[in-house]
Amino acid sequence: MPSEPNHILEFPGGYTRSVGPVIGRFFSDLRDGRLTGVRTAAGKVLVPPAEYDPETSEDTTGEYVEVGPAGTVTTWSWVPRPLKEHPLDRPFAWALIRPDGADTALLHALDVGVFEEGAKPPKFLKTGMRVRPKWRDERTGGIGDIECFLPEVTMINAPTRLEYRMKGGRTLQRFLEGVSEGRILGDRCPVCEQVIVPMKGICPRDGVPTTEEVELPHTGTVTTFAVNNIPDPRAPEVPFVSAYVLLDGAGLTMLTLVAGIPADQVRMGMRVKAAWRPREEWGRTMNNIKWFEPLDEPDLPFEAIKDYT
Amino acid sequence: MREIAVVAFVQTQHSGEDQGLHETEILAPVITEIKEKTGLSRFGFTCSGSCDYFQGAPFSFVSALDVLGAWPPISESHVEMDGAWALYEAWVKLQHGEIDTALVYGFGKSTQGVLRTIMTQQLDPYLLAPLGVDQVSLAALQARAYMERSGAKEDDLRAIAARSRASGRDNPFALHLPDPEDGDEYDVAPLYPHDVAPITDGAAAIVLAAGDRARELCERPAWITGIDHRSEAHSPGVRDLSRSASARLAGERAGAAGIEIAELHAQFSHEELILREALGLGEDVDVNPSGGALSANPPMAAGLIRIGEAASRIHDGSASKVLGHAQSGPCLQQNLVCVLSGENNG
Amino acid sequence: MANACAIIGIGQTAYKTKRLDVSMAGLLREAARRALDDAGLTWKDIDAVVVGKAPDLFEGVMMPEPYLADAIGATGKPLMRVHTAGSVGGSTAIVAASLIQGGVHERVLTIAWEKQSESNATWALTVNSPFTTSLVVGAGGYFAPHIRAYMRRSGAPDHIGALVAVKDRENALKNPYAHLKIPGISREMVEMTPMLWEPIRYLETCPSSDGACAMVLASEDAAKKAPNRPAWVHGTAMRSEPMMFAGRDTVSPQGGKDCAADVYRQAGITDPRRELDCAEVYVPFSWYEPMWLENLGFCGEGEGWKLTESGATALDGDIPWNASGGVLSSNPIGASGMIRFAEAALQVRGQAGEHQVDGARRALGHAYGGGAQFFSMWIVGSEKP
Repeated sequence: MPSEPNHILEFPGGYTRSVGPVIGRFFSDLRDGRLTGVRTAAGKVLVPPAEYDPETSEDTTGEYVEVGPAGTVTTWSWVPRPLKEHPLDRPFAWALIRPDGADTALLHALDVGVFEEGAKPPKFLKTGMRVRPKWRDERTGGIGDIECFLPEVTMINAPTRLEYRMKGGRTLQRFLEGVSEGRILGDRCPVCEQVIVPMKGICPRDGVPTTEEVELPHTGTVTTFAVNNIPDPRAPEVPFVSAYVLLDGAGLTMLTLVAGIPADQVRMGMRVKAAWRPREEWGRTMNNIKWFEPLDEPDLPFEAIKDYT
Repeated sequence: MREIAVVAFVQTQHSGEDQGLHETEILAPVITEIKEKTGLSRFGFTCSGSCDYFQGAPFSFVSALDVLGAWPPISESHVEMDGAWALYEAWVKLQHGEIDTALVYGFGKSTQGVLRTIMTQQLDPYLLAPLGVDQVSLAALQARAYMERSGAKEDDLRAIAARSRASGRDNPFALHLPDPEDGDEYDVAPLYPHDVAPITDGAAAIVLAAGDRARELCERPAWITGIDHRSEAHSPGVRDLSRSASARLAGERAGAAGIEIAELHAQFSHEELILREALGLGEDVDVNPSGGALSANPPMAAGLIRIGEAASRIHDGSASKVLGHAQSGPCLQQNLVCVLSGENNG
Repeated sequence: MANACAIIGIGQTAYKTKRLDVSMAGLLREAARRALDDAGLTWKDIDAVVVGKAPDLFEGVMMPEPYLADAIGATGKPLMRVHTAGSVGGSTAIVAASLIQGGVHERVLTIAWEKQSESNATWALTVNSPFTTSLVVGAGGYFAPHIRAYMRRSGAPDHIGALVAVKDRENALKNPYAHLKIPGISREMVEMTPMLWEPIRYLETCPSSDGACAMVLASEDAAKKAPNRPAWVHGTAMRSEPMMFAGRDTVSPQGGKDCAADVYRQAGITDPRRELDCAEVYVPFSWYEPMWLENLGFCGEGEGWKLTESGATALDGDIPWNASGGVLSSNPIGASGMIRFAEAALQVRGQAGEHQVDGARRALGHAYGGGAQFFSMWIVGSEKP
């Protein structure tokens, strides 16, 4: 374990460095909140500016160009456990950033959000990422006048929450009332004479109000189904089976869960019955029926259910 | 252009309270009634207007299909806009389709949520919606801009509310609201609660028919002599809020002249004044004899109802040239104008 | 009667899981500008704008057309928003065509889009109410039982779905805008992927994409001034039926059959397989290719899978389906229908590039939505009808 240091090399008060005209110009501009580069004889813009062309060692031209402040990450490293000297105290990236309008890049810290110590680099952190400086409020003329760079805004989070006080409608309430009493209610269309379940109050095929309430048995036949391997909070486990069940006497199928049998043994034509939760758990909700489960009866032939698929 | 007329109009008895009905249950009797009224059970085209956000769930128009008797399958479309735009789509279809009737409907239930904050979701998602600025607050900005330009006072707005509510009390389908009372506190200044359309649930349907088919179906068809709609830019900061450039354009295109009765979809008192000016409606024009949206404003249907109410004045012979108007978007951003006449063009 | 309607401009964005580089308005503008460029027009030349997308919950902007108005050139112009569930991209194009055919406008810009990455598709498609809980997990959960019923009814062998998955992804490699590009895609690769909603495997489903598609539709006069060869509308049709009712055929819905019959009649087509040169058909799960082949009358009942298996629908087959890679390769839901319509038009304009079907003169664009209950279709041709 590292112990407390026993030797410290520190020039009291810090070095006093003369920065020269070019770096001085750069820092002065930073303190003003601007990023500046300098043009080379070949026309390239160096950022940070230098007194000489890094390729030819010739003097730069003295022509200053405002660049950025946005820029592009040209390369980066990721610091999962920052040192105390680092500009950020949580995982962040070091990046070379080429400001817009510049031909060279500047090294700085890149803050890409809050991560736990030891975190892996986030997938969105990439070369080519667009970033902008985060300026310090109190600037003194130095590279630290930029606290760090931040990714350009590509997305904002827009929480929206609307509150409703729903009643669900009369027909649905009537149906749920039935379910709360352990009954499955449908209604009969006076035109096609089919029983619609759950009851709708209207026949979607004929567009006329239904006239007769019909209580249906709790048994039926699976017409077709899906084996779902995508987890869902509404389903008990994966895989689960969502199936169309034709209740005996109904004119159309109902979508339900089928359980009590391994998913790979569910069959088209399989006879099933509703599995109700214990009565004391009932409410005005379809959840009173846990799912449908196999009935000890022979399967119906496909021909008998084909017209309901 | 082919001659197209409004031949039937039906609406619910609108409600200011949640009656425990699903949107489709509100709509169903309207569809049944308009089928009975016209004797038609199938239409050449069907188009509706509705919005998912009033149910807080996607696909509000899908369950509405259940009330139509869409079997055999029907030729049908839907706009996520007021039913007035559904009527426009149907009118266009009648212009060229091999059809001569169309059913149009709109429905909405605003008692289940907070309408003004729901409407916030319609705003620019980067610059406006995140501020949480609501529909009434934006309307109040427009009211202020209009009042400062025109010199209109709060009392002028109150007079519009009072007149609308009085008319509404004579309309069996509207909410029956009391006279505005003095001493109300502002809703969002400069608007008082009476300047704001009431929360309403309701639905409406219209049948359009072409040429001779219209004459068969209706003794005095309300012929659409002009219909047009226009939008303007979105941000309130780039518009002259004291005027409605889009309503003016739509009115010009639709031929809004010589109007006797106008049904304007003004959801706030000041909007009536802005619209009157934009549409060139003088003092002699009877505005909103139904009570207008200030007496009943079921979302996604209220604009269609304006066209239906205007057409009804032709149907009953009380007027020969009328105008129906609908709006969408914040601060009257989109406006639709439909001019109807008892005389057809020919 | 209807005026002629031409497609003189087509623009698409690159389709990607997340278009983080653009705002919503930027996404639409990218497609719209390409369509305008293709048509040799600028924003001011447009008379009206018709936009379409699927549920607003995807982006959380309710009725977004007012927000978009000035971004898509609609200031001072008519602006409409269509929503017919998954078929909306097609319906939107049909509404726009209607404005030309009805003689209302000369040049109409139509745009359909979806930016699915702003939320989550499964959430946006199935928000539960306090009283009803959906047992359907995503679109796949809804369609899987119907696919199973098709397999049972037709006796199709299990591998047909994989064949379509491979064919469409091979086509996507030739389409610069396509989202899913899987070099070396093979039947084995598809069959190795897990069953998400049995009988649907992972690679037999469509992706979730961000993207937009735009078209400029024009009257005959306006089309004469267009710099590029137009496509012409030969017929349009829409049909709807309720989602659940006694006696509904969910495998081969009547609405699809009626819609196809209507659009064929308008275009004078009696044998679609012979008379059409290609088709862009909404196939979000691979098994819907054989199902729609039957529903659209390209073959008899129970024969669709045989057509697929024979290679007839491949790019070099006698009736290529989804030369673009289709919905299986790019699926910005609200735009997917319009992409089908636009790709059909690209084919008959001879502008489909690497995925061009040689000599295509007439093509079908198809979209469906909801519980396979909303249909929209158009037929376009290289010649004015």
